[in-house]
Amino acid sequence: MVDIRSGTDGALEHAEVEDVELYHPHSWWTRYVFSQDAKIIAVQYASTAIAIGMVALVLSWLMRLQLGYPGAFAFIDAERYYQFITMHGMIMVIYLLTALFLGGFGNYLIPLMLGARDMVFPYANMLSYWIYLLAVLVLAASFFAPGGPTGAGWTLYPPQAVLSGTPGGKDWGILLMLSSLILFIIGFTMGGLNYVVTVLQGRARGMTLMRMPLTIWGIFTATVMALLAFPALFVACVMMMFDRVLGTSFFMPAIVEMGEQLQHGGGSPILFQHLFWFFGHPEVYIVALPAFGIVSDLISTHARKNIFGYRMMVWAIVIIGALSFVVWAHHMYVSGMNPYFGFFFATTTLIIAVPTALKVYNWVLTLWRGDIHLTLPMLFALAFIVTFVNGGLTGLFLGNVVVDVPLSDTMFVVAHFHMVMGVAPILVIFGAIYHWYPKVTGRMLNEAMGQLHFWITFVGAYLIFFPMHYLGLIGVPRRYYEMGETAFMPASAHTLNEFITIAALIVGAAQIVFLFNLVWCIRHGRDAGGNPWRATTLEWQTPETPPRHGNWKELPVVYRWAYDYSVPGAPEDFIPQNQPGPDNLTREAAT
Amino acid sequence: MSAPTHSPVTEPLPRPSGLVGFAADWASDQRTFKNVSWGKAMMWIFLLSDTFIFGCFLVAYMSARMSTAVPWPNPSEVFALHIGGSDVPLILIAIMTFVLISSSGTMAMAVNYGYRRDRRKTAALMLLTALFGATFVGMQAFEWTKLISEGVRPWGNPWGAAQFGSTFFMITGFHGTHVTIGVIFLLIIARKVWRGDFETGKRGFFTSRKGQYEIVEITGLYWHFVDLVWVFIFAFFYLW
Repeated sequence: MVDIRSGTDGALEHAEVEDVELYHPHSWWTRYVFSQDAKIIAVQYASTAIAIGMVALVLSWLMRLQLGYPGAFAFIDAERYYQFITMHGMIMVIYLLTALFLGGFGNYLIPLMLGARDMVFPYANMLSYWIYLLAVLVLAASFFAPGGPTGAGWTLYPPQAVLSGTPGGKDWGILLMLSSLILFIIGFTMGGLNYVVTVLQGRARGMTLMRMPLTIWGIFTATVMALLAFPALFVACVMMMFDRVLGTSFFMPAIVEMGEQLQHGGGSPILFQHLFWFFGHPEVYIVALPAFGIVSDLISTHARKNIFGYRMMVWAIVIIGALSFVVWAHHMYVSGMNPYFGFFFATTTLIIAVPTALKVYNWVLTLWRGDIHLTLPMLFALAFIVTFVNGGLTGLFLGNVVVDVPLSDTMFVVAHFHMVMGVAPILVIFGAIYHWYPKVTGRMLNEAMGQLHFWITFVGAYLIFFPMHYLGLIGVPRRYYEMGETAFMPASAHTLNEFITIAALIVGAAQIVFLFNLVWCIRHGRDAGGNPWRATTLEWQTPETPPRHGNWKELPVVYRWAYDYSVPGAPEDFIPQNQPGPDNLTREAAT
Repeated sequence: MSAPTHSPVTEPLPRPSGLVGFAADWASDQRTFKNVSWGKAMMWIFLLSDTFIFGCFLVAYMSARMSTAVPWPNPSEVFALHIGGSDVPLILIAIMTFVLISSSGTMAMAVNYGYRRDRRKTAALMLLTALFGATFVGMQAFEWTKLISEGVRPWGNPWGAAQFGSTFFMITGFHGTHVTIGVIFLLIIARKVWRGDFETGKRGFFTSRKGQYEIVEITGLYWHFVDLVWVFIFAFFYLW
């Protein structure tokens, strides 16, 4: 095995890049606001993402109120309902999950876990955040624009997205949404290039790619995917903007609106769907892969056991990333396509189950006979595995063309993707925050509040989304403002909807406990010390907690992989990555 | 492997070549692409991402052109210039392409002189490259003006499919924006080279990092990419 290269005397090779000179802030503004320190940028990204995520949470409450108690709330009319759906979906997928995993955890963890002083281009990194913030503000502005935000659904399918029948279609809504997405992509690209180059070219001495914690592998692969997938969304947004503003017909067929023949003609709405889903499917894994990576590290650390099959875990991440670029049309089975294409896309979709199942087995095998500590991060990690398996299994239904066609656009789909890419990654985000909060602030989060938050969120998420499978199977459509009296829907379906709404209100309220915990513990949390979880990875070995600007006094040197837990013969049950030692005291060869 | 110690060796070890070297580089620590600076790696990855943007634009254009139900305007007539009493097809595009490809040549020479620390020649060649680029954009503006005066609009044209105008303005506009940004960067870097910023170690206004001559090559990478993209636009839009 080729590993780090040593000289004949066993000495490590010299540093290939001289130590970087960091930008040193001169004022409060450049230290904490226009900061070029990846750790500050990470906190800025995370705070902004959580703030706009709270908006999405409230929107989901409002939707549930309408579904549970149709017509009881006069201000939720059909238009508003569609606006809530659209904004909830877009905020959650792009502005919360993508931004929090890559901009938040990516910025914080990549330099620290790799033993770097900062990202390679701190200035571009700072710009990335400010453009992201601008994108969020433009998006939020659409709530106050004439006509309100767009109600086109988060997929923004033309032609309806730019027609007057859709809220915001002929007003500002769709324009602000498209502008915001374009800004987000520009901002993300600046950050994303930083993350990729830092991983490839900015690692510490001794840190080989195959010694990186899986967290970094997940974030790295997701970032590469995002850099290749977001261009399709960018192009789709630009073209739809032209259709709306200039009157071009990229996506607009000949169409009659309000009894009037429009000037458009000859465009292809299916073209938009292809562009959108060429971005949209990788996007699922852009959110999922960092979650896979983080959860691997949480499980290994809190079960005091090396991750099972590290190399296979890495390759599974890479293979899932590659496969996710050739499955996009499984979102378009009902749009109609050549049956051979349906066959192709169904096959590739189901092949993804292989590396994904491999990861689930390896997580379970890591837990097997481990010294499992049921800490908060561990609870969330376990909840993730269960939820992800649940959501993944319904994916097998929806990946097959003949099963998908009747289930498409029912609540079954809503249940599926909320389980697999909504609840599951968010459980990981919670687990990760409980895990790394002590490093960010130097204090532990409150355990009692955390337990309360966990159990309500975990059980509540199932009370919300499990019944939706049933609703979908009896044919309840999604995205409908109200069902009315429908013959195929039994009265119990309405009762169930009411039940889901109550569960959703409670789960949403539990997040207030979490937010309070986050704020309260900055001052009042128990002192964490440098390495409260007794973890091996580099971010826990910094000389100060929270790490100062530049992260290290002297750059660390890495001697082992990230998973030396419970090594037989070692004095403690973990050996930090930067601790030299005899080669027989490692489990690195275990994979 | 015996217990590694902290003492660094002074001489870099020889690296294997060929496939073994490739594997060794990917299995090594610190840097995957040895001897590739951060800036250059970043530009390459950005260009990969940008390739996907242009790729999506071109695929969208091809899909529109292949699925159109009305005739597509004939490029060799639309892009002809009336010179000396006869229509010369594609003459302007031929000159534009020649100018842009020439600019890649001057850019490559600028990179060469940059590494020889020849400030004057580097700056002069970069300025020449920028001049070629500006000429290209100028001719593009002329072409747009001509087409617009003949009635081509993003939403329609006198000869056939409306998507002809929409894709033409969108794709050449996006490419022209790239060229314009390139010209601006060339001028900024040429000024820095001329002033000798890379000898004196003057710090960047925004990044407060010291610049290096390598930035000439990184700008060159971008410039060649924009040039290469034009070759595809030329082939798919004008020659098809």
